[in-house]
Amino acid sequence: MAEYKKYSNRLGITGWLAGGRWGIERYLYSLHRITGLGILLYFILHIFVTSSRVFSMDAWEKWMGFFGSPIFKFGEFLVFVAFAFHAVNGIRLFLIELGFAVGKAEEPIYPYKSSLNTQRPLMVVLMIVAIVLIAAGGYEFLGLTH
Amino acid sequence: MAKKIHKETDIVFHIRRYNPELDSKPLWKKYTVHVEPGMTVLDGLHQIRETQDASLSLRYSCRMGVCGSCGMLLNGRPSLACNTQILDITTKVLTVASLPNFDIIKDLVPDLTPLFEKHISTSPHIVRNDADEMLNPTGEFYQTPEELTRYLQFTYCIKCGLCMSACPTLATDPEYIGSQALPQAYRYNVDTRDDGFNLRKKIVGSTHGVFRCHYAGECSNVCPKGVDPARAIQLMKRELVLDYLKLKKHRAKSHICSKPEGVERIPEIPEAPPFTVEQK
Amino acid sequence: MRETKYWTWHMFAGVIILILLGIHMITMHLSTLLGWFNPAGGDAIGWDNLLARATLFIYAVVYIVLLGAALYHGLYGFRTILFELGLKKGAQKFINILFIAAGICLFAFGTWAATKFYIIAQGA
Repeated sequence: MAEYKKYSNRLGITGWLAGGRWGIERYLYSLHRITGLGILLYFILHIFVTSSRVFSMDAWEKWMGFFGSPIFKFGEFLVFVAFAFHAVNGIRLFLIELGFAVGKAEEPIYPYKSSLNTQRPLMVVLMIVAIVLIAAGGYEFLGLTH
Repeated sequence: MAKKIHKETDIVFHIRRYNPELDSKPLWKKYTVHVEPGMTVLDGLHQIRETQDASLSLRYSCRMGVCGSCGMLLNGRPSLACNTQILDITTKVLTVASLPNFDIIKDLVPDLTPLFEKHISTSPHIVRNDADEMLNPTGEFYQTPEELTRYLQFTYCIKCGLCMSACPTLATDPEYIGSQALPQAYRYNVDTRDDGFNLRKKIVGSTHGVFRCHYAGECSNVCPKGVDPARAIQLMKRELVLDYLKLKKHRAKSHICSKPEGVERIPEIPEAPPFTVEQK
Repeated sequence: MRETKYWTWHMFAGVIILILLGIHMITMHLSTLLGWFNPAGGDAIGWDNLLARATLFIYAVVYIVLLGAALYHGLYGFRTILFELGLKKGAQKFINILFIAAGICLFAFGTWAATKFYIIAQGA
């Protein structure tokens, strides 16, 4: 075939996030990535910060005091929100990607129902669980128990 | 979705035009079309070509959602232009663009070559170990209706490329095999006549294979034939994981039904015509 | 086929994290309500509670398993995101080596800290 000039129409990274008339699972997919990256960053810092306990009690308490300020408390709460979402959505993805929540192949009859419809009750229930967890975490983290 | 209207009205088409000989990048052009209820986007585009701008290029063939030629991005969603009615998706403005994630050849014509190359790479045909039976068949393969249902849904693929243009992974990763070819590999993997699982797992289980899917689910949303690629991909992940953990159940293979014996041929049925090619 | 192996363990690591990090979160953030693993009472990150927990051998083991699982799960997930950017073969190889090295270093450092503190707590 003869070579001809073409225009590359790949969406690029905006294709992960923005779009046209997308379904809700696509936004969960984007959120799962963002929360995952946030948790990984926190986790690596966490390894170093908590290691200060090896050196002395003073070193530990200095760091804990530093991260005890309200701004870091709020940051920690954001990490908890990310964790709660990532964990709950992770349960959903675990069940889906190992083929437990997508149903069996069936004859498509218009209007088509897909595996997205099969997993949707699970998604709704788990997202409610996530919201409850985040609310409970907010109660604890933002100092309302004291 | 926009509220449906059921009377004649004027709709503004924003069409993303690209002429490789003149333009360095695509440009948006406006056309106003008088739309009647029941008109498809393809009808609207034809009207533009006939009455306003004959230079508009698009690809279409059957006009009834079977051939998969007229995939386009309609109001931000990959759809077939021939089975999308204009007044179902808009009341005022309709944006029409070439399918994303495929190169544009001209105007609304995407280059679907990667789709076919990836499709071929997964050996989408019956692969068998018994070459003798393939060359000199002795009978038909027996398959139950349940065994048929396991893959029938995925056979309806018309290779229109809508799933691939909706896929977020393909938006950045050109090597990803994608939501068209992977379900086709699964379709043959679960066919009881097939022995190709070990051949295909090298391709579908590779770095840019099935595990680059994270169930954004967009392929199943846009599929015009209800193929549900996302389901096939998840079921294939399960197959690969079970195979890795050595937990994959050995499926009963189709056995060959030998030719019936002791029955007479009904006289009205004519004999098969003679071969038109010389037999070796 | 290697990718199937990596991904299967990514899933299993996720399950391990779900259980162990769940316990970790309850210990750390529901201490005022439940008081699990906080014999000294009060703040879960207080020095006394820290020492009390560290005297348990199982606690050190749980920390090390959680560390390994979380590093694997996190770094594989990050690698997935990077690989989907459409990188060249060389860059993919570089990322593999970098992440394996970083994972081993962080695991070694965390294991050292957990073990050392277990020994300190035994002496205290």
